[in-house]
Amino acid sequence: MSRMQKISVLLFLAWVCFLFYAGIALFTSGFLLTRLELTNQSSCQEPPGPGSLPWGSQGKPGACWMPSRFSRVVLVLIDALRFDFAQPQCSHVPGEPPVSVPFLGKLGSLKRILEVQPHHARLYQSQVDPPTTTMQRLKALTTGSLPTFIDAGSNFASHAIVEDNLIKQLTSAGKRVVFMGDDTWKDLFPGAFSQAFFFSSFNVRDLHTVDNGILEHLYPTMDSGAWDVLIAHFLGVDHCGHKHGPHHPEMAKKLSQMDQVIQGLIERLENDTLLVVAGDHGMTMNGDHGGDSELEVSAALFLYSPTVLFPSVPPEEPEVIPQISLVPTLALLLGLPIPFGNIGEVMAELFSGGSGGGSSRGDGDASHPDSPALAQVSALYINAQQVSRFLHTYSAATQDLHVKELRRLQELFSKASARYQHLLQHPREAEAALSSLTADFQQFLRGARAVCIESWARFSLVRMAGGAALLAAACLLCLLASQLAVAPGFLFRPLLLIPVAWGLTWTLLYAGVSVTTGSKLDPVVLGAVAAAGSLLPFLWKAWLSWGSKRPLAPLLPVPRPVLALLLIRLATFFSDSFVVAEARATPFLLGSLILFLVAQLHWEGQLLPPKLLTTSRLGSSAPTAPPRHSGTHALLLGIGLLLFTRLAGLFHRCPEETPACRSSPWLSPLASMVGGRAKNLWYGACVGALVALLAAVRLWLRRYGNLKSPEPPVLFVRWGLPLMVLGTAAYWALASGAEEVPPRLRALVAGASAVLPRAVMGLAASGLMLLLWRPVTVLVKAGAATSRTRTILTPFSGPPTSQADLDYVVPQIYRHMQEEFQGRLERTRAQGPITVAAYQLGSVYSAAMVTALILLAFPLLLLHVERVSLVFLLLFLQSFLLLHLLAAGTPVATPGPFTVMWQAVSAWVLLATQTFYSTGHQPVFSAIHWHAAFVGFPDGHGSSTWLPALLVGANTFASHLLFAVGCPLLLLWPFLCERQGPKKRQSLPGSESEARVRPEEEQEEPLMEMRLRDAPHHFNAALLQLGLKYLFVLGAQILACALAASILRRHLMVWKVFAPKFIFEAIGFIVSSVGLLLGIALVMRVDGAVSSWFKKLVLAQQR
Amino acid sequence: MKDTDIKRLLYTNLLCIFSVFLSIFIPSFFLDNFSILETHLVWLGTCSAFVTGANLLLYLVVKPNVSSKRSSLSHKVARVVRCWLYFLASCFFLHIIFVLYGAPLMELVLETFLFAVVLSTFTTVPCLCLLGPNLKAWLRVFSRNGVTSVWENSLQITTVSSFIGAWLGAFPIPLDWERPWQVWPISCTLGATFGYVAGLVISPLWIYWNRKQLTYKNN
Ligand SMILES: [Zn+2]
Ligand SMILES: [Zn+2]
Repeated sequence: MSRMQKISVLLFLAWVCFLFYAGIALFTSGFLLTRLELTNQSSCQEPPGPGSLPWGSQGKPGACWMPSRFSRVVLVLIDALRFDFAQPQCSHVPGEPPVSVPFLGKLGSLKRILEVQPHHARLYQSQVDPPTTTMQRLKALTTGSLPTFIDAGSNFASHAIVEDNLIKQLTSAGKRVVFMGDDTWKDLFPGAFSQAFFFSSFNVRDLHTVDNGILEHLYPTMDSGAWDVLIAHFLGVDHCGHKHGPHHPEMAKKLSQMDQVIQGLIERLENDTLLVVAGDHGMTMNGDHGGDSELEVSAALFLYSPTVLFPSVPPEEPEVIPQISLVPTLALLLGLPIPFGNIGEVMAELFSGGSGGGSSRGDGDASHPDSPALAQVSALYINAQQVSRFLHTYSAATQDLHVKELRRLQELFSKASARYQHLLQHPREAEAALSSLTADFQQFLRGARAVCIESWARFSLVRMAGGAALLAAACLLCLLASQLAVAPGFLFRPLLLIPVAWGLTWTLLYAGVSVTTGSKLDPVVLGAVAAAGSLLPFLWKAWLSWGSKRPLAPLLPVPRPVLALLLIRLATFFSDSFVVAEARATPFLLGSLILFLVAQLHWEGQLLPPKLLTTSRLGSSAPTAPPRHSGTHALLLGIGLLLFTRLAGLFHRCPEETPACRSSPWLSPLASMVGGRAKNLWYGACVGALVALLAAVRLWLRRYGNLKSPEPPVLFVRWGLPLMVLGTAAYWALASGAEEVPPRLRALVAGASAVLPRAVMGLAASGLMLLLWRPVTVLVKAGAATSRTRTILTPFSGPPTSQADLDYVVPQIYRHMQEEFQGRLERTRAQGPITVAAYQLGSVYSAAMVTALILLAFPLLLLHVERVSLVFLLLFLQSFLLLHLLAAGTPVATPGPFTVMWQAVSAWVLLATQTFYSTGHQPVFSAIHWHAAFVGFPDGHGSSTWLPALLVGANTFASHLLFAVGCPLLLLWPFLCERQGPKKRQSLPGSESEARVRPEEEQEEPLMEMRLRDAPHHFNAALLQLGLKYLFVLGAQILACALAASILRRHLMVWKVFAPKFIFEAIGFIVSSVGLLLGIALVMRVDGAVSSWFKKLVLAQQR
Repeated sequence: MKDTDIKRLLYTNLLCIFSVFLSIFIPSFFLDNFSILETHLVWLGTCSAFVTGANLLLYLVVKPNVSSKRSSLSHKVARVVRCWLYFLASCFFLHIIFVLYGAPLMELVLETFLFAVVLSTFTTVPCLCLLGPNLKAWLRVFSRNGVTSVWENSLQITTVSSFIGAWLGAFPIPLDWERPWQVWPISCTLGATFGYVAGLVISPLWIYWNRKQLTYKNN
């Protein structure tokens, strides 16, 4: 009976979660855009459009749309080479001291070349399109297109590029492409290189392997001459940024090394070779990238040729060009067709022709008087033809592009090309025509690019609306069902059957329809149909009750101040400023809620002894019990909570949008600290935090007596947890001092830093297994003749119930036993009595929860940097104080129904969010702690992607998981606090002697959590209500995020703020809901174990 | 009796509002380029002084609490000293609370403290005037069914609305509007002032509106 109830509670919660998931999936499929990838290829034989070109060169080898200017290219890609890294520094003014920023002015060879050979070289600031992740940039740098947002997530699972690209064109033109460096290229261009040296890009902590590997092969390959295109992708600068940030001395070393590489290449270059040095993106102040802040989207681009390349000297301030301009430029310079999907614009000035090296230029061009200008226009013309062809093909394939704008562009293009053809026929026209043509083509190309950028941010409004509606309905369901769950006549079984039946019916209906019509079955839509179908009966009922004018009170069961706070919190999701400032706004709201709770306690007269107050109306909300805490107690709890919240706020990482803000230095790993003494002190503090955490949990268990139990989980807490602390401390010592290890110990240290974290995680896992296996942590002493007779110190008592209700059979047995024992105790004290002492049944549920939480916390803590352990300590202290404060305001309804208050759930969610920020996270992709993937796997993971994803995910959503699993404590804690009741204030239960001395006090013993056991129906209902309320608060947040993202989808900040926030919130919701189910399941497991424990006792008794 | 009480309450509240307005206009006669936003700290000081002055004046004139039995000089002096101590303590307490709520710890200490002073002026000073340095009475007034007169009722409303105003004043700070009043603690002080004034306006009206339901135990 009770088991059926438990299962149906869990299944019902799982169903509600499914509703939310279906809504999230539907919304996401409409909101996160994808771009159609065309597989068309440009080919040499087929010019991009009609009309003649000034060269009759189509048939010639090595010259397609334009004659080739260079036959060979060396492309040096320095990952994360921000523009200012390469910018030449003016020699400082004599009066001022030189600026000593590690990354400035280290590329001296660029500066020298630009000064000595201004017509041979040029430095550009290339403007990168977000997302600024390496794979997206590589795609853009070879296809000339704009990878969309959805690609950002697949950084670790790159796929081969299906679109036309430079590498494909090079290989089909028979060029030998040699690659060395980042192995992302292997996935993007499988089998495309004639020779390749790949090095793993995954280990961002390793600065040198990739670069040294390249350097080993670079010059020999170059000297061998067996290449036409040489690509070297260096990763050291990027990894240095991730590991140390740009301001670290290591960055200067790395950049100087790159400078030597460039110098060496320049010395070896031959006249037919072009050197390109490019950064794929920039990096933030912290050395990360992925977003679209100014520092991330500015990369350096440097071109050099031993022959004269530019007609003019470089401008004072380097020109800003879009990064993808490199693609058509390189293609035409090499005499290749421009990749089909390119929307970049050629850098026209490179086509004006140098003086010496133009050996391969066509005849028609050379005889022309205006040849440089005409060549520029011709390059632009070919480029414009290609883009026009692409736009035409693309808009035929989908309806994405803006039709009106497209027509305007086509008009512009056809006019300009007519004028161009006219110009070719009448070559004696003025130069003014050429420059206006240049402007027209450039306008067309820029317009086309703008159209594409805009249209690849287009949404499916139907799906977005459907998803949001599904989320809203699920929220409504949570709200109403959480009220119904604790109503007296609540039945569990029909809870599930009807919706599942309806959902199945609709799913089958939809599947049938789509199969008969022959359309493709979309799993997202299928899930949404199932969810909506299962919601129908509920919505129908809600509609009916609305029609019958039932009072609206159950619709808004949330107390008004809490409701206001929740609404304010939801409203903040609609403002980009508040989303950015959420790290500060959440503690503020949490603090407000805390002070509100204290004020409410005082207002209700529960803070002070009633004699101080003049009158006390006996309302329904005022509990009959006297206050359980002294006034200063609750006030201190509140102030302590505020203090801890503020302290946790010291650990915060700044969003990129607020340049004035300074990130906490404490969120960097200890290994990056320079000072030895400070490092040691911090290390001590971190280990101290671990020990404090351990001691706190042990103290707590001891206080409630559960530490005495000989059960395996408790033994694990006594012996396994210290081992875990030791392992973690040792791992930190190794990790923070790894740089200073003498070389002969390197292997040992590397081995240990792989083994230790795995050992700690294994210990935690085995501890959790033990807990699941034997969750009842009570001390039972059954047997004869011990000299120290112990009475039953179990918290069970009360008047015997009159009816033998089947539901309550176990408590009945329990009470019966109690009488039995007491009787025997009195009767047979001399003849070796059978004594049973079951200690601390009253905290059996919470003890299991707390043990589970600490066992979960340790592996999660290990994934963070060392100093976050202090945040974890604060987290436990905060939740402890908060639970106490909430318990002070929660009346314990003795027979049931039990409720969990809305303010409790809201505060819990706020605390979880606050911890998310104080553990150094931000809801943006560039702030993800990738280093977590290397905890226990210092050499990377090979080809597996799920394990690093799991580790990084566990790091990111650690607080969501911990708080969701710990959620049932909200229900349990008020019962736990019952022990502090006025009756037993002096005598701490748990001290055996007192209980032995005064056995009659058993009647006074508080039942604590056994009250929940005594009313299993209400217990299950309360668990259900707790789950629904928690899901409601989380679901309302995700709904607000979805609405914000859809309403503000044209907002400037949508890809920067709202979309990442939605994604993080959605994943956080999924993690939290799974955690919640696990937490509730754990409580139910304990409950089941307690039942069987009772049964065993009874059996033992009957022997 | 009650209606006259409400009327007197209205007049006193109007006087308090008037003092707030005076603090905005009077200093501009004596100081060049005085404005609330530019010379915010000066305004905070004057506002605090004016409101305190108005409250003291009302205390001396109206004397809503006629409970001073012993009125020896030494007793009075002790009372004034204790009031001062209470006021200072409340300023420091509020300062700590602000810092706990996220105000900067090191920078802008003077600004934060003056904000605490102003908020104390709006909340603690009326309490001191009405109830004296008697913490138990304060706690009584701010609990359910604890008020015993229209004065205390008004005190309750103005204090709570001042706090709420200050709290609401914190919300515009993160917004990217780049307005001069979004700087800490200007929006909060303005919010507190608006809350105080609103409380002063609302309390007589609210009491008048609910005069049937309100039954004070001691009246
Ligand atoms: Zn990169
Ligand atoms: Zn990177």
